[in-house]
Amino acid sequence: MSTVGPTPAGAPHVKSLNCPGCGASLTVRSFGNAVTIICESCHSVLDAQDPKLRILQQFHAATSEDPPLIPLGTRGAIRGVLYEVIGFQRRTIQVEGISYSWHEYVLFNPTKGFRYLTEYDGHWNDVSILRALPDVSAGEATLRYLGETYRLFQTADAATAFVLGEFPWQVRVGEVVRFSDYTSPPRVISSESTGTEITWSIGEYLTGRDIWKAFKLSGEPPAPIGIYENQPSPLSASVKSVWSLTGVFLLLLLSLAVGVYWMEGDEQTFEQTFEFNTSAGGEASFVTDMFQLKGRTSDVELTTSAGVDNDWIYLNYTLINQDTGHAYDFGREVSYYHGYDSDGSWSEGHTTNSVTIPSVPPGNYYLRIEPESDPNRGLIRYVVTVKRDVPQASFFGLAALALLVPAGLITWRSLNFEHLRWAESDYGSSGDGSLLSTAGTIMDSFKSGDDE
Amino acid sequence: MTQATANCPNCGATITFRWSGSVQTVCDFCRSILIRTDLDLQKVGQVADLPLNSSPIQIGTDGIFGRHSFSVIGRIIYQYDQGNWNEWHFITNDGTSGWLSDAQLNYAVTFPAQGQKLPSECKVGQQYTWNNETYLVSTITKAHYCGVEGELPFQYWDKSDVVFIDLLSHSEKVATIDYSEDPPLLFLGGAVGFEDLKLKNLRSFEGWS
Repeated sequence: MSTVGPTPAGAPHVKSLNCPGCGASLTVRSFGNAVTIICESCHSVLDAQDPKLRILQQFHAATSEDPPLIPLGTRGAIRGVLYEVIGFQRRTIQVEGISYSWHEYVLFNPTKGFRYLTEYDGHWNDVSILRALPDVSAGEATLRYLGETYRLFQTADAATAFVLGEFPWQVRVGEVVRFSDYTSPPRVISSESTGTEITWSIGEYLTGRDIWKAFKLSGEPPAPIGIYENQPSPLSASVKSVWSLTGVFLLLLLSLAVGVYWMEGDEQTFEQTFEFNTSAGGEASFVTDMFQLKGRTSDVELTTSAGVDNDWIYLNYTLINQDTGHAYDFGREVSYYHGYDSDGSWSEGHTTNSVTIPSVPPGNYYLRIEPESDPNRGLIRYVVTVKRDVPQASFFGLAALALLVPAGLITWRSLNFEHLRWAESDYGSSGDGSLLSTAGTIMDSFKSGDDE
Repeated sequence: MTQATANCPNCGATITFRWSGSVQTVCDFCRSILIRTDLDLQKVGQVADLPLNSSPIQIGTDGIFGRHSFSVIGRIIYQYDQGNWNEWHFITNDGTSGWLSDAQLNYAVTFPAQGQKLPSECKVGQQYTWNNETYLVSTITKAHYCGVEGELPFQYWDKSDVVFIDLLSHSEKVATIDYSEDPPLLFLGGAVGFEDLKLKNLRSFEGWS
């Protein structure tokens, strides 16, 4: 090296060197930060810190074996900062005899440093190194970071299978690290352990379209396959909003019900006070004056209010349509008992009783009333009130149910999404992988999401 | 503030000290490593060729950490088996000496901490508590000095392999134990983002504006 002083006068510039293995030209894009550089032609792994570019390793691969989707040297803006793609590797894990591979891209900015992109089956993550340690739970099943809970998704040994370009560390083909992924979509926190050292990083899910846009790549990104570990559910946001919307509509419905009660509930069509002398004997039944029920076919509410006090009265009612002769038969008991015993005061029953007769057409009506009570009771005074158009709570109940249908459907679809996600995990939904346990998972994710 | 000046015993050039506490400096012209004594400057060595290094920071870079502004006046470069890193020596506007480390563009600011009990050796994952903050050992690095520049608060030249223990916390606070002296030195501070330091007077990079 011909550098005279510690701070070279000129600006650091991109260097062109030649591979000692095959003579092909090499470009060093990360200046003095490159620790390892891999020749694209002969796959020599070179010591970038050595002026002679000592060969550290050579591996056999066709250059066309694994072309990076984002070519080395491409620049793109990630979260507003320009980065250049300088390195590329493929890592492989074995699960039950099947190998799974993903790709990692090393991104470089001369002042902001290094950042990484990972790609698996068309799913992307923007990854950076954590500056603080996450709080891992005692059983290592979850961790907390910045107030958010992440769940362990998988642990595996990953081997580096293919490398190209520059790395800010000593990369080797065949090197194995143990990694664990903890997810809280759209984020994932990963630990990489070499045995002597653990590095923590955080990734955030990006779509292929995000990447294609950021790096201005031509063509279409590969379509994502399946559901990725930290892929945000397209429905989880909808689940929350549909439930809050449903809540708003339920409140509206409730206030509507209250309003209707106030507006319509008071249309009183008949009220009269009667007396029943229990000791009088003979035929107690009688008919009332005629009254008119107006409007459309709807409910009629009949209320009996009796002066009972530690006794009862039973009333056989018949509501009769004078025009058609159609009769509605029903009986009501009004009883009220109260007193004191060793437990203190007690009471049972009420002095009033209401009944709703549904779907009564408009017309001229009268009541036939036959009272009964204890023959020794004497005189009982009671008031009969007939109200028209009493709104039915059941109508509002049905409306509420109808409102719940879309919320329920979206929640169900969201549960299915989470079920498919966790089906890929080594630490699936509490073991059984059922939809119900997935429901537990999704509720957990809501809880942790609310902590933000 | 009047700056102390002296002449390089090797080439006679004027040496200006930006900080009164500086113990060592390097002559800008002949690259002699000079030690400040009560009487004069003594040449103790010569700066060798430095390894490839492209820290964006340089002597004269100004920045902000917390409530203090600081100015970079010196550095030590360490080499280890994965490359090298920079410890930039700065003084704050109230005259405190501190360090801004740039390890492959991961930045941290630390200050010397006194009066803490330090382990003679430790393992990755071990926990220590200093000033009510718990730190976990994250890396143990064997490194050697491979270059100095500017003003330093102590003599640092011609050192052999030294162990550094880096510790992280759950809150972006960091600690380093430096075993280059006995008893070892403890530095406490925080990991920082490049943007947070609001650095000025940086090096420029060809092809990057």
